[in-house]
Amino acid sequence: MNEAASVALSPETVLAQMKQNGVTDVVWLPDSETNWLYLLMQAEPSLRLIGVNREGHACSIAAGLAAGGRKPLILIQNTGMMESGDSIRGWLLGLNVPVVMMVGYRGWTRHGITTDTAATYTERFLMAFGLDYYLVESDADAPRITVAFEEAARTKRPVVVLVGDEYHGFNR
Amino acid sequence: MMRIAEALEAFRAYREAAIVVPGRGGRYWVEQTDRPELDVPLGDPAMGGHAGFALGLALARPERKLVLFDSEGDILMSLGMLATIAEQAPANFYHFLLDNECYATTGGQPVPNAKNLAYDRMALAAGYPRAHAFDEIADFARELPAILQRSGPVLVWLKVYPEVENAPIGRRRRWQTRSRDQVLADLRGALGVPAP
Repeated sequence: MNEAASVALSPETVLAQMKQNGVTDVVWLPDSETNWLYLLMQAEPSLRLIGVNREGHACSIAAGLAAGGRKPLILIQNTGMMESGDSIRGWLLGLNVPVVMMVGYRGWTRHGITTDTAATYTERFLMAFGLDYYLVESDADAPRITVAFEEAARTKRPVVVLVGDEYHGFNR
Repeated sequence: MMRIAEALEAFRAYREAAIVVPGRGGRYWVEQTDRPELDVPLGDPAMGGHAGFALGLALARPERKLVLFDSEGDILMSLGMLATIAEQAPANFYHFLLDNECYATTGGQPVPNAKNLAYDRMALAAGYPRAHAFDEIADFARELPAILQRSGPVLVWLKVYPEVENAPIGRRRRWQTRSRDQVLADLRGALGVPAP
């Protein structure tokens, strides 16, 4: 394992967090970085995958799943999260849905100037909506995902996990 | 064309133990229903999302029919949802579409290309196995029992009269009789689902 892979957030770790926290359904819109996770989720019989073609749809679907007793996870990218603003407001915050949103942090970097405006506005967006969030970048950060699930359940609100470095560990 | 309340009344006789998401028909349905604990009259949490919410609920409770009264303005915002519903193919999902060709709650402005859209063909093209279209209440009432006896997903396109509201939102009659929290708590109670 090279150094980059050893510090990455592995898809196996993400899947283990989903199972540990009782996720039943993953409502998601794939991006180029999550294919490895997709293959793992597809092979996991305890998960139902619900693919959407616009991220706001994930919010209303998750609200319906939660109303019926399921435990959904939303898996999208930051660009789509920003597109979903009104759905987050109405379907998740408005209906007090305790859901974790795992959001790929496109453009985020610790190494110099942020040039991707998707990253520029991500945390500002979350602050504007009053959404708590946790950043995960490597397997060592994975327990923060469980913290997010626990906070969502306690507060009956959506809680965001920002996946830094865009799952680059998945490209192997 | 038919009135929304007429369409809902025709359905009521065949409702049995279905979960009903009345969408923009909620203001009529709350006065017609005899199973309010199985109704989910949420008003309009965020436009375009009723189909998604109903899909999620249908997938969560496959043992019950899920009946949605969607509107054309909502589904036009979320046409991609038709593909997601078709892919998931919940057999308990009955998708009724109230089409008044306009944005009635904002004063009756036409939806884009209102006269030339064919929602039944859109649903079929997205992968729904069945779709129907009705202009007249008598035709709808006659065919409804057979539609509900077959498995979903199915889209049923209903042409309804515009019932336009033009008063400022703050001055409109509030038709909801329960808060959204109460609606969801009542539903969970009826379904035996613990609170999250």
